[in-house]
Amino acid sequence: MGTADILASGRDLTVERPAAVLVGVLAALLALDFVAKIAGFELTVGSTHLLGGSLPIERLLTLVWDGLVMGLAIGLAGIGLSMTYSILSFANFSHGDLVTSGAFAGWAVTFLIAGLVSGQGDVGYLLSVGSGQGPTSADLAINVVSTPLAIVLGLVVAIAATIVLSLLIDRLVYEPMRGEGAISLLIASIGVALVLRYLIVFVFTGTNRGLTSGGGRLRVLGEEGRLVFEAVVNQPGQPREVLFSLGLPVVRFGDYTAELMNVTSNELTLVVIAVSLMAGLHVLLQRTKLGKSMRAMADNEDLARVTGIPTERVIRATWLIGGGLTGASGYLIALERGTLSFNLGWVLLLLIFAAVILGGIGSVYGAMAGGVVIGLANTVSLVWIPSSFTTAAAFAIMILMLLFKPEGLFGGVTTA
Amino acid sequence: MSDRQLDVREAVDTVVERLGPVVERIFARDISMILVAMLGIYVLFTIFGFLLIPSDALVGGLANTLQRVTFLTAVYAMLVLALNLHWGYTGLFNIGVAGFMAVGVYTVAVLTNPTTASPPGLGVPMAFAATLPIDPGVAHFLGLLFSVLVGMLAAAVVGAIAAVPALRLRADYLAIVTVALSEIIRLSLLSTTLQEFTLPVAGVELGTGAGRGINLPTNPVRAIYYNDPTNTAAGLTPVGEAIFPAVDAVGINSTVVVGWTYTLFLILVVAGFYWLLVRIGNSPFGRILKAIREDEEVAQSLGKDTRVVKVKVFMVGCALMGLAGILWEGSKGFTDPTSTTFLPLQTFYVFIALIIGGAGSNTGSVLGGALFASLLFEGPTFVARIFSEYLELDTAPRTFAEAFGELFALDPTPMLAYGLENISALRFVLLGLLLIVLMQYRPEGLLGHRTEEAAAVDLRDRSPAAAADGGGGDE
Repeated sequence: MGTADILASGRDLTVERPAAVLVGVLAALLALDFVAKIAGFELTVGSTHLLGGSLPIERLLTLVWDGLVMGLAIGLAGIGLSMTYSILSFANFSHGDLVTSGAFAGWAVTFLIAGLVSGQGDVGYLLSVGSGQGPTSADLAINVVSTPLAIVLGLVVAIAATIVLSLLIDRLVYEPMRGEGAISLLIASIGVALVLRYLIVFVFTGTNRGLTSGGGRLRVLGEEGRLVFEAVVNQPGQPREVLFSLGLPVVRFGDYTAELMNVTSNELTLVVIAVSLMAGLHVLLQRTKLGKSMRAMADNEDLARVTGIPTERVIRATWLIGGGLTGASGYLIALERGTLSFNLGWVLLLLIFAAVILGGIGSVYGAMAGGVVIGLANTVSLVWIPSSFTTAAAFAIMILMLLFKPEGLFGGVTTA
Repeated sequence: MSDRQLDVREAVDTVVERLGPVVERIFARDISMILVAMLGIYVLFTIFGFLLIPSDALVGGLANTLQRVTFLTAVYAMLVLALNLHWGYTGLFNIGVAGFMAVGVYTVAVLTNPTTASPPGLGVPMAFAATLPIDPGVAHFLGLLFSVLVGMLAAAVVGAIAAVPALRLRADYLAIVTVALSEIIRLSLLSTTLQEFTLPVAGVELGTGAGRGINLPTNPVRAIYYNDPTNTAAGLTPVGEAIFPAVDAVGINSTVVVGWTYTLFLILVVAGFYWLLVRIGNSPFGRILKAIREDEEVAQSLGKDTRVVKVKVFMVGCALMGLAGILWEGSKGFTDPTSTTFLPLQTFYVFIALIIGGAGSNTGSVLGGALFASLLFEGPTFVARIFSEYLELDTAPRTFAEAFGELFALDPTPMLAYGLENISALRFVLLGLLLIVLMQYRPEGLLGHRTEEAAAVDLRDRSPAAAADGGGGDE
């Protein structure tokens, strides 16, 4: 394509889709500003700040890591939503509360095991994830390093409980409504959301509770220009223990001294488990007949049925896989945050929707990629805007996506 | 079928036959349907009052309870009617009602707050009072009216900003966009960045008050009773002098009188909303709306510019939602973004009310608002209080676990007591269940009838022959 062609197509675009061009220009400006900030370049005219500024590399790394962790969690939660959206063709507004349900179910078990092992608290207190009087989260000292068994069992129960719950809800609510319009199912799912959320309030109370305490962390430091990797374990009531501290003597960056990154063991657990679950799902959907059936159903349900695909069984499998991943995401998000309250999932729901829409409804990769983009948008946008607007920024990205590319980044219905 | 069953059926048929015409006559007119429902609600809450309020405070307490129920009925009726325009008439699935309410309320707050207040506002009513060559009180009121109009306009403009691009999208995408927009609005109102700020170019100081909230104008209804609406110590107007002692004698507080006055005004506004919706529905514009709801492509192929029509109706509905929000929060004289009025939950309340009443029906909307506000919103709390008053249960256990443990000891009362104590959570569970059951068994609600005559005249008086071949066409 010659320069004239490019110019002509650019002119056409400006005329036909001025809003798209505006958004594009804005995005380019932000990117330019971002580069200028990293380079430490600032452009001011008079007293008006125009461009650039300073963005220390350690702040950027922290923002990116936090965004990545949050994004993977959102992506994991989004897969279930994306699958049900494409196969049952409705926006499930109760998905966020499935996330919360999984978190509560799993953490009840984790609390029970941790409490029984350490001999603290009565069963009722532990099973209700610390409602009422009992040992505090610091007393129980739950974290990946000190109570790995309780965490693993909790995760398994979170997955199992959410699967059972999703199948039950499908049986009671959605199955009698198969074939109804997307909006009828959407409204019913709002009803499910209310029931789930406030049953959780009824059983577990509406307080925000602490879950974890202490744990290990990996740190990357700059020490007088030397890059140092350090692993630290910090358990409540015990002195800080440095497992190893590894200096890289080869490269020196002047006299750079700062903490570059700080990764907690709980965050690392989330990232590792989320990535392995997603990889496992990928294999499952690519290599098995189930994945093919799902793609077929997402494309055209009637056609899939006449081809002999057992659609009801595929729907059950969808809830099973989607529900399991949703429960896992709820449990892991609570682990990473260290706190849990009844509206955990509801608050996340719109971000999850944002991720799913961004990635393209029905696309599992899309949900993952969308999750990471939304997670990064939620943290990296702090470079430009105050923290009270970051969630709004993520929603704004979703709205823009819906307006300009409603089929999502990964386009269309693929379920793989 | 056995003979006995037949007998029962015959008996039921006779009763229906005899009562039918009577019931039909009562319910033939929509207004009497609403009046009968309100009467039933009043009787129910009067019974609640008799059971709960000590006899020496009965009249005052009842007046207060009924005022609250009527007030909530009125505000929900307004919101449901506005939503009916979007969802019932046009099929636009807007679940950002709370956001459009917030825009209206906060616009009025910013316009009417004095420039010296914290957070500072624009002081429009004060400016009106200072500049207009008429009685300052009247000018102040005009300024207030102007602010309310601007508030409605702002809600409509925000609605248009959302609608112009989003109405191209599928219904479920529109739902997500509107709910995300309402959250963006709520989160922005919570932001401390906007608590107090200076407009960049004009240099005017403004503020939303963030989490601390913001003052709204004093309820103008107070001017009927008080010389100075903001200061009760400044004495009563002749109307106040006449009414307050009289109602005080039967035990009704002066604040309840002011509340009732405002509520009566709101009922007039509901009537206005209703009239407006009926007018819109019967106009050529309204017929395009219904055509869009049934099949947008057909409307387009008939040469209707459905996009413009959708944006217009979206703006009108949003303006009405803004007004409803202003009138609701205005009754308190104060608002803050954490108030439940602006939570997404509020939107779902309005939806539940609309679905109960029946999307598409204006009478159903008002009825749904009334039933929601009384039976679902206020009712459960009253029932729980009656239970705890008369069952003489022990103190409720503090946690579900304790109550659950007692179940093993075959003692259900602690669980009952815990349930009554936490009725607010169970109320939401009830709402959710109701929504599911309605969507499964009666998605058209009480009065929703999607098959409507396109004609503006009443076609119900058709000859039987005409009805036989033409009627009964369901969606």
